[in-house]
Amino acid sequence: MVSGNFDPSMFLAIFPEIMILVLGLLILLFDLFLPKEQHDKLGWVTAGGLTLIIIGSLFVAQPSGIGEQIFGGMLRHDGLSFSFKMIFLFSAAITAMFVMGMDKVGKRGEFYLLMLASTLGMCLMSSASDLIMLYLAIETTSIPLYILAGFMTEDDKSTEAGFKYLLFGAMTSAILLYGFSLLFGFTGTTNIYKISYGLQMGSFPIVVVFGVLLLIVTGFIFKISAVPMHFWAPDVYEGAPTPVAGFLSTASKAAGFSVLLRVLLIAFPGVLPYWSAFLVAISTLTMTVGNLLALTQKNIKRMLAYSSIAHAGYALIGLGSISSLSILGISSVVFYLVAYVLTNLAAFGVVAAFGKVSGSDDIAAYAGLSRRSPVLALTMMVAFLSLAGMPPFGGFVVKFIVFSAAVQANLIWLAVVGVLNSIVGLYYYLTVLKVVYLYRSEDEEKPLPIPRSYSIALCVLVFGILAIGIVMSPWFNLSTAAAHALF
Amino acid sequence: MDFISSHLLTLILFSPVFAAAIIFIIPREQENLIRWSALVLSCIPLALTISLWFGFDRSLEGFQYQEMAVWYSAINSSYHIGVDGISLTMVLLTAILTPLSILASFSIKDRVKSYMILFFLLEMGMLGVFLALDLLIFFVFWEFGLIPMYFLINQWGSEKGEREIWGGRKIPARTYASFKFMIYTMAGSLGLLLAIQLIGVVSGTFDLPELYKIWPMLEKPLLGLPVSTVKSIAFWAFTLAFAIKVPVWPFHTWLPDAHTEAPTAGSMILAGVLLKLGAYGFLRFVLPLYPAESNYFAGALGFLAVMAIIFGAFASYGQSDFKRLVAYSSVNHMGFVVLGIAAAAHSVGSENANIAMNGAVLQMFNHGLSAAGMFFLVGVIYERTHTRNLNDFGGLFPLIPVYGGILMFTSMASLGLPGLNGFVSEFLVVRGSWPVFTVYTALAMIGLLFTGAYILRGIKQVLHGPLNEQWVGHLSEINTREILVMAPLMVLMLWIGVWPAWILDVINRAVAMLF
Amino acid sequence: MQFPILSVIIFTPIIAGVLILLFPAERKTEVRVTALAAATFALGLSLWAYFSYDIAAGGYQFVEKFEWLPMMGISYHVGLDGMNAPLLLLTGVVMFTGVLISWGIDDRPREFFAFLFILATGVFGVFVTLDLFMLFFFYEIAVFPMYLLISIWGWKETREYAAMKLTLYLFIGSVIAMVGALAMYFTSGLDTFDMLELEKAGFSTAFQQLWFPFVFLGFGVLGGIWPFHNWSPDGHVAAPTAVSMFHAGVLMKLGAFAALRVGVMLLPEGAKFWMVGVICLTLVNVVYGAFIASVQNDFKYVIGFSSVSHMGLVLMGFATLTKTGFIGSGVQMFSHGVMTALFFAVVGMVYDQAHTRDIPHLGGFRKFMPMVAVAFIVGGLVSMGMPGFSGFVAEFPIFMGVWQSYPWVAVIGAVSIVITASYIIRIIGKVFFGQLPEELEGHIHDVTVLDKVALVFLSGILILLGVFPRLMVPLVESGVENVMRLLGGV
Repeated sequence: MVSGNFDPSMFLAIFPEIMILVLGLLILLFDLFLPKEQHDKLGWVTAGGLTLIIIGSLFVAQPSGIGEQIFGGMLRHDGLSFSFKMIFLFSAAITAMFVMGMDKVGKRGEFYLLMLASTLGMCLMSSASDLIMLYLAIETTSIPLYILAGFMTEDDKSTEAGFKYLLFGAMTSAILLYGFSLLFGFTGTTNIYKISYGLQMGSFPIVVVFGVLLLIVTGFIFKISAVPMHFWAPDVYEGAPTPVAGFLSTASKAAGFSVLLRVLLIAFPGVLPYWSAFLVAISTLTMTVGNLLALTQKNIKRMLAYSSIAHAGYALIGLGSISSLSILGISSVVFYLVAYVLTNLAAFGVVAAFGKVSGSDDIAAYAGLSRRSPVLALTMMVAFLSLAGMPPFGGFVVKFIVFSAAVQANLIWLAVVGVLNSIVGLYYYLTVLKVVYLYRSEDEEKPLPIPRSYSIALCVLVFGILAIGIVMSPWFNLSTAAAHALF
Repeated sequence: MDFISSHLLTLILFSPVFAAAIIFIIPREQENLIRWSALVLSCIPLALTISLWFGFDRSLEGFQYQEMAVWYSAINSSYHIGVDGISLTMVLLTAILTPLSILASFSIKDRVKSYMILFFLLEMGMLGVFLALDLLIFFVFWEFGLIPMYFLINQWGSEKGEREIWGGRKIPARTYASFKFMIYTMAGSLGLLLAIQLIGVVSGTFDLPELYKIWPMLEKPLLGLPVSTVKSIAFWAFTLAFAIKVPVWPFHTWLPDAHTEAPTAGSMILAGVLLKLGAYGFLRFVLPLYPAESNYFAGALGFLAVMAIIFGAFASYGQSDFKRLVAYSSVNHMGFVVLGIAAAAHSVGSENANIAMNGAVLQMFNHGLSAAGMFFLVGVIYERTHTRNLNDFGGLFPLIPVYGGILMFTSMASLGLPGLNGFVSEFLVVRGSWPVFTVYTALAMIGLLFTGAYILRGIKQVLHGPLNEQWVGHLSEINTREILVMAPLMVLMLWIGVWPAWILDVINRAVAMLF
Repeated sequence: MQFPILSVIIFTPIIAGVLILLFPAERKTEVRVTALAAATFALGLSLWAYFSYDIAAGGYQFVEKFEWLPMMGISYHVGLDGMNAPLLLLTGVVMFTGVLISWGIDDRPREFFAFLFILATGVFGVFVTLDLFMLFFFYEIAVFPMYLLISIWGWKETREYAAMKLTLYLFIGSVIAMVGALAMYFTSGLDTFDMLELEKAGFSTAFQQLWFPFVFLGFGVLGGIWPFHNWSPDGHVAAPTAVSMFHAGVLMKLGAFAALRVGVMLLPEGAKFWMVGVICLTLVNVVYGAFIASVQNDFKYVIGFSSVSHMGLVLMGFATLTKTGFIGSGVQMFSHGVMTALFFAVVGMVYDQAHTRDIPHLGGFRKFMPMVAVAFIVGGLVSMGMPGFSGFVAEFPIFMGVWQSYPWVAVIGAVSIVITASYIIRIIGKVFFGQLPEELEGHIHDVTVLDKVALVFLSGILILLGVFPRLMVPLVESGVENVMRLLGGV
C-alpha cells in the first residue's frame, strides 16, 4: 500500500522519531541551564523520556494490521519496523541509565544527544523503504556512533576505537552506496518494494543481481559484525565506553538485521535460494569464528565482542532458513534479537558496573565477585547463561526457535553446527562464571557500590530475560506478527 | 491358634528376625542380657519347629503347611513356602543347632550384640532356603545367608594368623578366608542365578511345584539351541553352585579356610547347616528339575563324590591343625551325601536309589550333629590353650577326663561306629550305591578306612600319648555350659544310632515322592 | 479443579531457592532450616503423589496442561505414570537427604542450597513433563547449576576440570538430542511438541532409524552410556557430597529416563533397529565399569565407576525391549538412585573425617562411625545385587529381559556381579574394618544426628523395597504396559 498523498496521520507513524528529536532538544536545553552538579540528572531525563516515548508510541503509533508506505514511499509503517523501534528505544533507555553511572561521560549532555541522534537513525533504518532514505538513516545512525565510540578523548584506546570504527564504517558505506547506485541503475527505482518488480522485468542474469546483492549485503553485515566484516568489533568494543559497546552490540546490530531482513526479502525474493545459501555460509563462519576467538580472550569486553559476533551468526541461522513456505525464519530472527538485546545489555551493564569500581576489564579481575557482590554476580550469571542458551532464560527459547527454523528448512547440519557452537560458547561463558564464583581475590572485602540507575536497569533486564524465557508465548506472537507485516 | 497353624512356617522363618529386632533394642552394654535373650529367643523357632514336627502328617505325600503370597507379580514369583520330609529334617537341624551355637557363643566378648543379630539373620537365611518353594525366593535366602556368615568369619574369626596373597602382601587370615568364602560362593551362585533366570524366562514362573511339571517336560528348542544342550548347561550351572557349597572336590578349597578361621559357633553352623544347603539343593532342585541330566551325569558326580571322600580323608589325615582336621573331615563326610545322591540319580526308581537317598538325607542330618559337635569341642580346647596345633597337645585325658569322654564319643559318631548315628547313614548310602557304583563305592570304603585313621590320630594326639607338661595346671575341665551344648547333640547321636526309624520315617516318604 | 500437585512439587524447590537467596548471607541457620522445610515438603508431596497414583486405572494421572507457546504447539503438560512416579519419589528422597547431609556446608550455604534447589526443580520437571520442549527446558535447568555446585563447593584438586567436562558433555548430549526432537516435530507435521501426540505421529521407519541414535545417545550421555561415560566419574569425584548424591542418584536417571521417553517411546521402530548396538554398548558399561571400579584406589572413584556399571544395567534393560527388562530398569533407576545417594553420603562422611579418600590410607572406621559402616554395607549389598535388597529385585528382571533377547549378553553381564562383590567387600574390609592408620588416630568422630537420619532413611528404603517389591513393581508395570503398547508388543 503506497499512499502517495500526504495525510496528517502519517505524523503519528513517526511519532517516536519526532519525540526523540524533541527529547534531544530538551537535553540540549537542560545541558545549558542545569547547574553543573545537577548534570547527572540528564541521564534520568533521557531514560525517562525514552520510556515515556515507548509508552506513548504503544498508544498512538501502533501500525494497523497491514503495513503501509508513507511519505511517498520513503518509510514503511508496519509491525516489523515498530517492533524494532521499540527495541532501539528500550536499549537506548537502558544505555542511558548505564551511561549515567560513568564518571567521565555521564554528565555530558552531548553524549545523550548523540545517542538519541543515533537512535533516531536506527528507527528510520528499520522503517526505511527507499534506498535513499535507508542510506541517510544508516549514516544518521553511524556518525554519532563513531563519535560515541571515541568519546573518551583522553583515552587512547577510545580514540582508536572511534577512528577505526569510522574508517571501516566509511569504507563499507561506500560499498553499500555503490551497490545502491547499481540497483537504481538496473531498475530505475529506489523504492525497495518496487525493486523486485524491476529486477524481474529486466531479467538480468542471476550473477549480476547476486553481485549487486553482495555489495549491499557487505554494508549490512558490517553493521551486524558478521564474518568477514567483523574485525572492527573487538577493538571498538574494547576501546569504547562500556555502555556504548553495549549499545553497539545490541541496538546497532538489531538495526542492521532489520534492514537486512527488509532489503533481502522485499527487494531480492527472486534470488532467495542464492542469498539464503550465502547467508547460511556466513552464518556458519560467523558462529564458528566468533566462538573460537572468544575462547582465548582475556579481556571481558573483547570476549563479549566475539560472543556478540557469534550471536549474529546464530541470528543469521534464522535468516538463512527463510523459505518461501514459512515465516518461522523471520520471526525467529526477530525473537532472537529481542532476547539477545536484553541479554547482552545486561552483560555489558554488569561489565560497566564492575569496571567502574575496579577500573579493570580483565576477566581475571572478576575473581571474588560473588563474595563482593552476590547480586551482581547473580545478574552476571543470568546474563551469561542466557547468552549460553540455558533455560529458563530468554537465550534458551530463542535459540530453540532459531534451530527449529533451521530444521524446518531441512538445514539440519546447520542446526548441528549451531548446537556445537553453543557448546563452545558455553565453555567460555562458564569460564568467566568460574572466575566470578570460584576464585578468591584480595579485594573481596572491598565494597562494590552499584549506582541506583544500574540496579534499576539490571533489574529490568533480568526480569525481561526471565519473562522471555518463561512466558514466551506473547513475545513469539509479536515476533510472528512482525514477520507477517514485512510483506 | 488358627493363625499360628496356618502360618506356622512363616512364623518359624521370621521369628529369628523378630529375635534380632529385640536384640537390636537392647543397649549394647548389657552383654549378659543380650546373651540370655538370644538364647531364649532362639528357642522360639525351635519350639515352633518341634510343633511342626509333630503336626507334620507323615502319611501324606507332597508339601505341607504351604503358604503363598504375592511377592513379585511382574515376573510371577511369589512367596511360596512349604515343607516335606527332607526340608523338615533340615529345618529341625537348623532349629536345634542355632540355640546350641548361641549357647556356645557365650564366650564371645567382642560386640555381642552385632554378633547375635547376625546369627539370627543367618538362621533366617538358612531356614528360608529349606522352606522356599519358589525358585526366586530360594535364591533370595540362599544368597542372603552369605552375608551374616561372611561377617561372622571376618569379624569374629580367629585373630591370629596371616595369609600371604599375591604380591607378597600379608592380610589377616580371617579376612582372606571370609573373602574366599564369599567369592567362591558368589561365583557359584552366578551360574545358578543365570540358570534360574533362564528357567524363569522359559517357563514364565518360578513356582517349584509347577516347574516340576513344566520344566522336565520341555521339548521345544531354546535360544536357538537344542533343548537338551540348554538343559545340560543349566544343569551344570545348578550343580556347580551346589557342589561348591557342599563342597565337592575340587571345589572345596574355601572350606578349610573358612572353617578354620570362623568363630566356634560359626564353624558349628557352617558345618552343621550351611554345607547342607548345597546337598539340599541337589535334592530339591537338581534331581526333580533335571531327571534326565542327573541320570546322565550321575557317574561324573559320583566320581567327584568319591574323590571328595578319599581326598578329604587323606587331607584330614595330613593336618596338624585340629580344626583343619575337622574341616577336612566335613569334605569327607559330605562326599557320602553326594555319593548317595549320585547313586540315586543313576538308578532312579530302584530300591537302591531309595536306600541311597534315605542314607544321604540322614547323613546330612547326622553330619550336622557330629560336625557341629566336633567343631565345638575344638573350640573348647582352643579357648583354653589358644592353640590348635595337634603337636602341642598330648596326653590330656587325665587332665580333662570329661572332655575326653565327650570328644571320644563325638569322634566315634563321626567315624561311623555302629550304634551311633554316623554308622546308620553311611551304611545306608553304601548299601544303596554299592549295586549302582560298585567301583566308586569300593574306593569310598578306602576313604572310610582313612576316616577312621584320621579321627583316631586326632584323638591320639590330643588325649593320649605322652603328656605335654605345659598344660598341667593350666587346663580346666569342660564347664557346665559347654556340656549343655554337647548334651543334646550326644543324645541325638545316640538316639538315631539306636533307633533311626523316627527320623527315617519322615525322610522316606519325601524321598519316595521325589521319584 | 484438582490440586495441581505436580506443579507444586516442581516449583516448590525453585521458589524455596529464590526465597533462600533473599536471606542475608550471614543467616546460615535460617537458610538451612528453610531448605530443610522445603525439601521435606517436596518429599511429602511426592510421597503423596506416589501412593495416591491409581495403578488400576493406569495411564497418566494428575495431568495438568496449559498452552505455553501455542504457535509452536508447546504446552506446559505434566502427568504422572508408572515410569516416572518412582523417579519423582526418588528425587524427593535425594533432595531431602541431600539437605540433611549438607547441613555442615559453611561456605556460602545460601547460594549452595539455592543452586541445589534450582537443580531439583529441573529434575522434577523432566520427570513429569509430557512435552518435548519442556523436557529440554527443564533438562538444561537441571544441568547448569551442576557446574557451579561442583566448581564452587567441589574437591579442590579437580573441580574446575570436572565441572567443565561434565557440563560440556551433558550439554552436547542434550543439544544433539534436541536437534532430533526438532526433526520429529517438523516431520510429524502435527505442530505440537506434546509427546502424547507425537507418539501417534507414525514416523516412517527410515526416519526413526536415522534419528534414534541421536536421541538415544544424546540423552544416554547423561545416563552414562559407554563410551560417553567419561564425564561421570570425574564429576562425581569432584562434586561435594550432596551434589554427588544428586548427580549420581538423580541426574543420571534423567538421562536414562529421557532416552526412554523420547528415544524408545517416540521412535519405537528405531529402537528395534538399533537395539543390538545399544545392548553391546551397555554391556561394556556393565562389565568394564565394574572392572574399572575394582581397580580404583580412590574411594569416590570406585563409587563413580560403579554408577557407570549400574546405569549400564538400566540402559541394558531398556535395550532388551521386553516387559521384564523395562520393569527391571524402572526399579533399578529408583534403587540405584537411592543406593548411590547412600554411597556418596558415606564417602562424604568418611572424607570429612579423614580428609583423604585413598583407600589404602583408610581403615577401621567402624569403631568410630558404626552407623555409617552399616549403611555402607547395606548399600554394598544392594550394589552387588544381593537378594533381600532392592538391587536384586531390580537387576533380576533386567537379566531376565536380557535372557529373552540376547542370552549371551546375560552370561557376560553377570560377571559384573562377581566383580562388584569383590570390590565392595574389599572396601568394606579395608575402610570400615581394617586397621585405623596411625595418622588418623584421634581424628575420627562419629557423624551428626542429621547424617544418621539420612543414612537410616536411605538404607531403610533399600531394604523395604528389597523385601516388598510390591511397593513399586505393580506401579512400574503399569507404566511399562504403555511402553510396550508403543513398541507394538515386541
